Amino acid sequence: MTDRPASKEPNRRPPIAILMMAVIAVTVLALPLVGLLQRTPWSSLGTTLGEAATLEALRVSVVVSLLAAALSVALGLPLAWVLARLSFRGRALVRAVVLLPMVLPPVVGGIALFFALGRRGLVGRALHNWFGLDTLIGTTAGAVIAAAFVSMPFFVITAEAGLRQLDPRLESAASTLGAGRWTVLRRITLPLLAPSLAAGATLSWARALGEFGATITFAGNHPGRTRTLPLAIAQANEAGQPEAAIAMSVLLIGVSLLILIGLRHRWIAPRTSQPDDSPKSSPS
Amino acid sequence: MTVYAAASLSEAFEDLATEYESANPDVDVKLNFAGSARLAAQISAGARADVFASANAATMSRVVAEGRTATPPVLFARNRLALVVPIDNPGNVTGLEDLSDDGLVLAVCAPEVPCGALARAVLLDAGVNPDADTEETSVRAVLTKVTLGEADAGLVYTTDVAAGGDKVASVPLGPQIRFNDYPVAAVSDRAAAADFVDFVLGPDGQRILLSHGFDSP
Repeated sequence: MTDRPASKEPNRRPPIAILMMAVIAVTVLALPLVGLLQRTPWSSLGTTLGEAATLEALRVSVVVSLLAAALSVALGLPLAWVLARLSFRGRALVRAVVLLPMVLPPVVGGIALFFALGRRGLVGRALHNWFGLDTLIGTTAGAVIAAAFVSMPFFVITAEAGLRQLDPRLESAASTLGAGRWTVLRRITLPLLAPSLAAGATLSWARALGEFGATITFAGNHPGRTRTLPLAIAQANEAGQPEAAIAMSVLLIGVSLLILIGLRHRWIAPRTSQPDDSPKSSPS
Repeated sequence: MTVYAAASLSEAFEDLATEYESANPDVDVKLNFAGSARLAAQISAGARADVFASANAATMSRVVAEGRTATPPVLFARNRLALVVPIDNPGNVTGLEDLSDDGLVLAVCAPEVPCGALARAVLLDAGVNPDADTEETSVRAVLTKVTLGEADAGLVYTTDVAAGGDKVASVPLGPQIRFNDYPVAAVSDRAAAADFVDFVLGPDGQRILLSHGFDSP
C-alpha cells in the first residue's frame, strides 16, 4: 500500500513507442473506412438508399441475420453448456471443429455446405429422397443456414466463456435449497449468464449481417430471398455502379457500428472491473 | 505479364498463354479469370493488369471510359448461349420453354455479367420469362451449380459445355441469332501486352480459340 503510489507515478505516462504503434494500428483499420466515407456521394445517398432494390436487400439482410442469430442461440447454447460443463474425450477436437468457421474462408463453408446439404450431398440426398426437400439454392432458408454456419461459433465461444466464469457455488447452493435441475437453470444459471448470452447473440448477429462468401456459394443470389446487402454491394460494384455500392456499404457499416457500440456499452463494459472503467461513463 | 480474361475463356487462354510462352520464353504470362464485370471493376480501380479480354463490348467499354486501356479494343472471338443440364437431366428439360417451370432449379448469370445479358436477350426472343433461382456473377459459377447437380438447368456459353465434362449435357437450342463478341485490349504500355493482343488476333491465337469452340467475330 505504501509504496504503490510511488511506483505508479513514473508509469503515469504511457510509453511513446506503444502509443505510436497503437495509432498506426487504428490508422490501418480505420483508413479504408475514411477512404470510403470521403468518396460517399452524401447528396444522393438518400435517393440511392431509398431505391426498391436497396430496401429489399436491407430487408433480406435483417431477416436472414436475425434468423441466423436465433438459430445460433438455439443450437449454440446447449453446445456451449456441453463444452463448458462436461469433460469428455475429444472435447478439444469438438471445440476446434466448432470454432473452425471463424477462421475458414466463408466460400469454403459454402462449398462444404453443398456437399452436406445439397441435393446430392451427404445428408441433403436423404432429405431430398425421403422428405422431398428440394434445393436450398435461392431460398431464404439456405441463406439462413449459410449465415448460421459462420456466425454460430461467435455465440458458442462467448456463451462458453460466460458459463466458465459462473460461480458454481451459486448453482449448488440453489440445489441444496431444494431447487430442481431445470429451476436452477432457469432461475440461477440463465439470469447470471444473460450478459454473456446477449453479447454472444449480438456478435453472431453482427457476423451474420456481414456474411457474403458462404451465402453466395451455397444459397446463390436471388433478389428478395438470398440477395443480402453484402451480395447487393458486390453486384453493384461489379456492375460498374460504385455509387450504389458505396451507399449500401455506408448503410451496412452504420448498422454494424451501432450494434458493436451497443455491445460494448450495454453488455461488456459494466461487467469489467477495471478501476477507470466505471459504468455509465464512456471511455474516450 | 498479367492477363485478365473472362471466365468463359479459361481453357482457351490457358492454351494461348502456354503457346505464347513457348514462342516467347522471356515472358511469363499470369492469368486471372473471373466474371468480366468483376475484372472490369478491378481494372477500373487500378489493378495491375496488362491485358484485358472481356466477354462483351459493354463491359470493355467501362474500362475504356475510365481511360484504362492502352490500345483500342479489338474483337477476337464470338460465343453463343447454351442450355446445360446435369447428365441425367433430372428436370427433363428439353428446351427454353421448360425453364418457366417454377419447380425447376435454374441458374443463370446476373444481368450485369455478359453471359447474363446474352441469356436475357435470348429468353426475351423466345418469349420465356423464368424466375431464376440464382443469378451468378460468373458463367463458370452457373456451370458448377449444374455440374454438382444442384441446379436442374443453367444458361452458359456453348464453349462452357466441354468444361462441364461428362457431368453435364447440353440441350439443343436450334439456330442462334444472338451472340457475344469478345473484345481484347492492352491495359498497360508494356510491349509484351500489345504483342500478346496481336498473338490472340493472329492465326495461332485464332486456331486455338476455334479449337475451344469459339467462332471468329
